[in-house]
Amino acid sequence: MIVDPEVVTLSRLQFALTALYHFLFVPLTLGLVWILAIMESVYVMTGREVWKRMVQFWGVLFGINFAMGVATGITMEFQFGMNWAYYSHYVGDVFGTPLAIEGLMAFFLEGTLVGLFFLGWNRISRVKHLLVTWFLALATNLSALWILVANGWMQYPVGSAFNVETMRMEVTSFAEVLFNPVAQAKFVHTVSAGYVLGAMFVLSISAWYLLRGRNVDFARRSMTVAASFGLAAALSVVVLGDESGYAISENQKMKMAAIEAMWETEPAPASFTVFGVPDVEARTTHFALRIPWVMGLIGTRSLDKPIPGIANLVEDTKGKIASGLEAYDAMLMLREDRNDAQARAILAAHDQDMGYALLLKRFMDDPRKATPADIQKAADSTIPDVPVLFWAFRIMVACGFYFIALFAWSFWLASKRRLDEKRWYLKLALWSLPLPWLAAELGWIVAEYGRQPWAIEGILPTALGVSSVTAGQVWISLGGFVLFYTVLAAIDATLMVRYARRGPDGLGIWPAADANSLSPAGKGPG
Amino acid sequence: MFDYTTLRVIWWALLGVLLIAFAIMDGYDFGLAALLRALGRDDDERRVLLETVEPTWEGNQVWFVLGGGATFAAWPMLYAVSFSGMYLAIALVLLAFILRPVGFNFRGKVPDPRWRALWDWVLVGSGVAVPLLAGVAFGNLFLGLPFRLDEDLRMSWQGGFFGLLRPFALLAGLVSLSMLLAHGAAWAALKADTAIAVRAARLARWAALIWAGLYVAAGIWLAYGVPGYAVVGPAVTGGASNPLLKQVATGGSWFAGYLQYPAFWLAPLLALGGALLLQWRIGRHGFGGFLGSSLMVAGTIASAGFALFPFLLPSSLDPRSSLTVWDASSSRGTLLLMLGATVLLLPIVILYTAWVFRVLRGRVTLEHVRNAGHGY
Repeated sequence: MIVDPEVVTLSRLQFALTALYHFLFVPLTLGLVWILAIMESVYVMTGREVWKRMVQFWGVLFGINFAMGVATGITMEFQFGMNWAYYSHYVGDVFGTPLAIEGLMAFFLEGTLVGLFFLGWNRISRVKHLLVTWFLALATNLSALWILVANGWMQYPVGSAFNVETMRMEVTSFAEVLFNPVAQAKFVHTVSAGYVLGAMFVLSISAWYLLRGRNVDFARRSMTVAASFGLAAALSVVVLGDESGYAISENQKMKMAAIEAMWETEPAPASFTVFGVPDVEARTTHFALRIPWVMGLIGTRSLDKPIPGIANLVEDTKGKIASGLEAYDAMLMLREDRNDAQARAILAAHDQDMGYALLLKRFMDDPRKATPADIQKAADSTIPDVPVLFWAFRIMVACGFYFIALFAWSFWLASKRRLDEKRWYLKLALWSLPLPWLAAELGWIVAEYGRQPWAIEGILPTALGVSSVTAGQVWISLGGFVLFYTVLAAIDATLMVRYARRGPDGLGIWPAADANSLSPAGKGPG
Repeated sequence: MFDYTTLRVIWWALLGVLLIAFAIMDGYDFGLAALLRALGRDDDERRVLLETVEPTWEGNQVWFVLGGGATFAAWPMLYAVSFSGMYLAIALVLLAFILRPVGFNFRGKVPDPRWRALWDWVLVGSGVAVPLLAGVAFGNLFLGLPFRLDEDLRMSWQGGFFGLLRPFALLAGLVSLSMLLAHGAAWAALKADTAIAVRAARLARWAALIWAGLYVAAGIWLAYGVPGYAVVGPAVTGGASNPLLKQVATGGSWFAGYLQYPAFWLAPLLALGGALLLQWRIGRHGFGGFLGSSLMVAGTIASAGFALFPFLLPSSLDPRSSLTVWDASSSRGTLLLMLGATVLLLPIVILYTAWVFRVLRGRVTLEHVRNAGHGY
């Protein structure tokens, strides 16, 4: 059957919206939790009350954010079954396992400890509370590991094979799924992005207190932690992003070519297009500003390996569709006669390309009837949205370099104890607050939109993965999500701003009077 | 060591264990949330009730998340067919799950009584909706669901949300709701300030009594009014996971398994025995009342699972497409790997969960919430 294109569009829209929305909260959890762990470690080591108060204040904001992360994460887990039932059937044997292990290994630890983090200050010893915070940090990051193992497999489906008896992909080597190079590269890049975001959050809000002359001592210390943590994170997010780029150039050549708007294969080493206007119709990039050699170096880490362009990749795809059709035909013959040895041999030889035959299912019921024109259409459909990828990638990278500069500078100011000298620096730090969110969301757009038209690269086209639901049902749930998510986002933002504005002084966490004093009354030396 | 059949039975049992653990652990959170306005007469009392669950509901909820993940991994077709088929019902459940965390966290953040009342009712709504809908979904399993699988094993479904609201399924929904109300009240009787605990104990008694009546009525209805499903011929238990390779007959009895394996009767006895234990021990010193409601929960779910065995999801539209324990699982390798992960990790989970509950032992008193700022 040909699936309803409206259901496909709506399901994709719903997944994209709920995932991007979920990822507004996740990276802040990932980053802020380490900052809390660092601050609390300093408290336990030095016994200085101010560090405990810092953990408690930033912890309040962490808690508001954490609740939203949990609330929106539930949708992610169950949406596969609701909107992507055929996907769930087709790859659940492989894809479900990391999700289940995430629950067992990470989410349980996170969910069980978070309550003690907030309510355990007077119930357990200092050292035990510190351990709770560290394990909470570890758990959130383990959670990201397993999710990215699952996601990495969608980008680069290793360790699995098609089983004609059960009509699905099944695991052949879990070690390959776990140690998938794409998953590893994506994990370190993604958590580093979260660390940058957490550091920026603390840096910006602290800068605001310094601009107002409130909580000065509190804010300076917070900024120092954020600057050092943020610098390390910003450096690693860029370096590891490069690693991630190298990993995709090995196995997602089309995504790489689309990011670079590289229409034709260039002689090695390829140049890097800094700026240009990609033209999808004419398959060319206007006003391109190119730096020679750089792309070849980043993408292949060599001077002699070419990076294939879009036109060549489309030609290669046509060959894979032909091979995939052999597999598809053999599969149907096996359905008639399970003992057809010849068909089984053909399937075994071509099954790695079967997904390419499934690309035709968007256009016709029976891919075996495809004409050369249909095959051309299917091959062309593997080109992702070049201008979006081109720009999303460039803005993300520009943000990355900006973060290095800002945190390096903050680090220098912090080490010279001159953080609160220049108002324009503090304003810059404050107004940079949204940028890590922008970069993180664009990163997912590059990764996931760039994978289209595949749900599982080379295995399962996105359009085939949907459920047999009606467009009306998806409209209702999409409308519900948009409505409730918008309301919750407004409430969440209001609470965040309100609590950040009240600050440690307004919340009674830290004395308001004489903000410069290191020794609040009765608390001993800060 | 483990053949495919054994692994499938183990994962069927583990599915039950996860569901029971979720219903016991998070069930009291839902039951308590549903009773928040009925048991808590003013803001202080409601804060006491909320604080009995606030430090732990998040961990408890992971049983649901893990249940979803484990179903995805071990029973992918069950996950795919149930969640996409009962689409709008699941969307409602998700909505309740989305609003609950923010309800718990945001309620205390603003002192305005209207704000607090708003989140109170959000929590009450989610506390009623999830047990009710979960029970309706479970009841529908016995009636068969309107789906069929094609040769590609793509599922198609005929019917919408209101098709799920059949009388037997609604009764199952009420069984589930009364069960978790009793369970939530038993939690409050155990953990809340004694002033509230007395009222909670009385409420738990009534809810358990109503549950017992509804549960027995549902059992009688199931025996005499709902036709059962049966796999035709000798079951192929170790073959490929493809539901279309079998034949299914309808018109039998869901109690066939109970006649074949008398040990199954332990489950309903456990449930009713739990209700008796609750009546006897609730309101007195110790865990007896809460243990009673926990046994009610475990026995009820187990008794339903035994009746269905080996079916997971019967199809009323095309009985051959029904999902069973023998043809809807993951591959042997995946089941084995997941079993290894569970055996390794679940005991650790239980250990630290037990430690957290030990740290938080004791009642939450009115005096405590009046003196403490809102910590959550």
